[in-house]
Amino acid sequence: NFMSPEGAAKKSGADQEEVEVKMEKTEAEAAFPPTFSVSEIKNKQRRHLMFMKLKQEKRKQKIQLKKKKKKEREALGDKAPPKEVPKTIENQRVYDETTVDPEDEEVRFDEGTDEFSAYFNGLTNPKVLITTSDRPRGRTVKFCEQLATVIPNAHVYYRRGLALKRIIPQCIARNFTYLMVINEDRKVPNGLVLCHLPDGPTAHFKVSSVRLRKEMKRRGKDPTEHFPEVILNNFSTRLGHSIGRLFAALFPQDPQFVGRQVATFHNQRDFIFFRFHRYIFKNEKKVGIQELGPRFTLKLRSLQKGTFDSKFGEYEWVLKRHEMDACRRKFQL
Amino acid sequence: MGDRSRLCSVWLGSETGILKGVSLSRKQAFNFCNMSHLSREQEVRALCWGDPAESELLVGSVDGSVKTFSVEKGSFTETRRCGDPADGCFSGLAVLSGSALVTCVESGTVRVWREDSGEPVTELHAGKNVSRMRQSPVHRHKVGTGGKENGLKIWDLEKPEQPVFTAKNLRDDWLDLRQPYWVRDLAFIPDSDRVVTCSGYHQVHVFDPSTPQRRPVLQLSFGEYPLTALSLAPGGNTVVVGNTHGQVAMLDLRTGLVCGALKGLSGGVRGLQCHPSQPVVASCGLDRFLRIHSLDDRRLQHKVYLKSRLNCLLLASRDPEDKGTVDGICQEVKEEDEEEDEVWDTMERVGDTGEQMKRKSTEEEEGEQQQKKKSKMKRKKGQD
Repeated sequence: NFMSPEGAAKKSGADQEEVEVKMEKTEAEAAFPPTFSVSEIKNKQRRHLMFMKLKQEKRKQKIQLKKKKKKEREALGDKAPPKEVPKTIENQRVYDETTVDPEDEEVRFDEGTDEFSAYFNGLTNPKVLITTSDRPRGRTVKFCEQLATVIPNAHVYYRRGLALKRIIPQCIARNFTYLMVINEDRKVPNGLVLCHLPDGPTAHFKVSSVRLRKEMKRRGKDPTEHFPEVILNNFSTRLGHSIGRLFAALFPQDPQFVGRQVATFHNQRDFIFFRFHRYIFKNEKKVGIQELGPRFTLKLRSLQKGTFDSKFGEYEWVLKRHEMDACRRKFQL
Repeated sequence: MGDRSRLCSVWLGSETGILKGVSLSRKQAFNFCNMSHLSREQEVRALCWGDPAESELLVGSVDGSVKTFSVEKGSFTETRRCGDPADGCFSGLAVLSGSALVTCVESGTVRVWREDSGEPVTELHAGKNVSRMRQSPVHRHKVGTGGKENGLKIWDLEKPEQPVFTAKNLRDDWLDLRQPYWVRDLAFIPDSDRVVTCSGYHQVHVFDPSTPQRRPVLQLSFGEYPLTALSLAPGGNTVVVGNTHGQVAMLDLRTGLVCGALKGLSGGVRGLQCHPSQPVVASCGLDRFLRIHSLDDRRLQHKVYLKSRLNCLLLASRDPEDKGTVDGICQEVKEEDEEEDEVWDTMERVGDTGEQMKRKSTEEEEGEQQQKKKSKMKRKKGQD
């Protein structure tokens, strides 16, 4: 009696009806589930065996299917249907209704007259103040110094426990256009507050994966004083546009590129990856790049209208994890 | 233009100066503005109905002008200069009977304007930093004002010298420190004299001018961020508040507890309004979306993307989901009938079949379709 259900199941994993019938006969239970699943075997070792067999069967079938398809494809030759594209989360992204249409007049007017219009019309040059939270430690200090070499016209100041709301009017008086505060936790930078002055939006990011220059493999020499080019990838929604402009206004505008340095902000799945490279065109089609400078990833946590005021400021966008985690294919930037 | 504006059941003012109308039944949004003359000076700060029949809208902009928008015609009919931009933006707009306009600016001056003159008829000063002025729905000549460190004051416009009611600040807290207050929004409770205010220090107060107590009768707290908008639900016992983080919640005024939260907003709430008859609340804010939630089950019913940040909104009193006026539908049916008749007239008569076709009006077609559906259902049942 012990052998018959096992024996029956061993014959073929796909033959469910036979097993069903045999199980009925041997066990004679009143309520019987229509499908037989491996999880119903109470004995752990036997259940493990059955599961392994099931997996092997499935793998065999999959390989057979692949071989068949490959043969068919070769047989058809040129007439074969095109290869199917595998589904990825980026492919399956839910269409966001706030995606900016390049010809939209209203959005164009909105962007043309927002807080960055002074920079994009060429009226101001960026001047960045980089500071940290109070009493920074090794990695954060080095990170700040390296950032200051990457961003032209940046000055690093030690934060002597001063309140940000008091620093901001002084910065505005000295013609700074950006305030960048790197927050540190347990000797590692983990947050970034980027505040556009005089009245611009304040973005708060979570910083992760910081790699300083000496940790980079095959890196080039230190960056020079030339202004880098800026590449902003994949900022498609309205919020993405605002953040993209926030990053773009950090660097001076100069259409005549001098120096072959480029800073890239690449947005993928709501994470923004920052890389800094030096490129050289070997010929018309080939480029060689070497990575210099720090690399880090950012995730936007909130965008506040107006300068830094976490208590009384009005937020344009706030990351609400539980509400936004409901759909894995929906992204905000 | 006129037909589009007649469909709209929600009106919103945006920061770019565009007046937007949204028709929920058709799920469409319309911009009513002159695209070539857009400027940030026209940023809409206050919206109100021009008359009880809701055929006109008054739009108050940052540069101090109040424009009248006619819903029937679908365009702006009139512009009035009501104050200096140096005084601050409009914090309240209301209409008195007899086409008089009441405006309040952030510097605290409340003015009553008549149609003919360019100077205000009545002027009163409600202190500095007035964030909101609202008109009592029952007594049209009573308005309430409140602002930063400027408590609630209820004014009677016919006697502008003294406020009818001035609120007193809360008692000093347990450290004997003065409690700060900042009235961001207020509403008059319809059946009684009471006023509900929400403050920038995440508190909701209820004041009762009929009692001698000038301190708040009821004090509730919600969240940790400033409450920016408030609206009374039709029952009169619940109030919906929104804060700068996009959290919108319903509070019960009798118990002081949070009944429930409305999810979905990701930016600061700038405008909230409950529909006068349906259990529906519309919210708009800095995240550029208009959201309609139902108050019973707190579900999101509609979400409309409007490309600029929204400052204020107005709901029409009629059913938000109805598909235009009854007259419109009748006209459509009649037009269809006439067109069909013409078509059949021009066709050749083929004995009886011509008459049968002529008799078919839209109603009959519908009836036949229903019958067809019924027969299909019957057939399906038979197969089972």
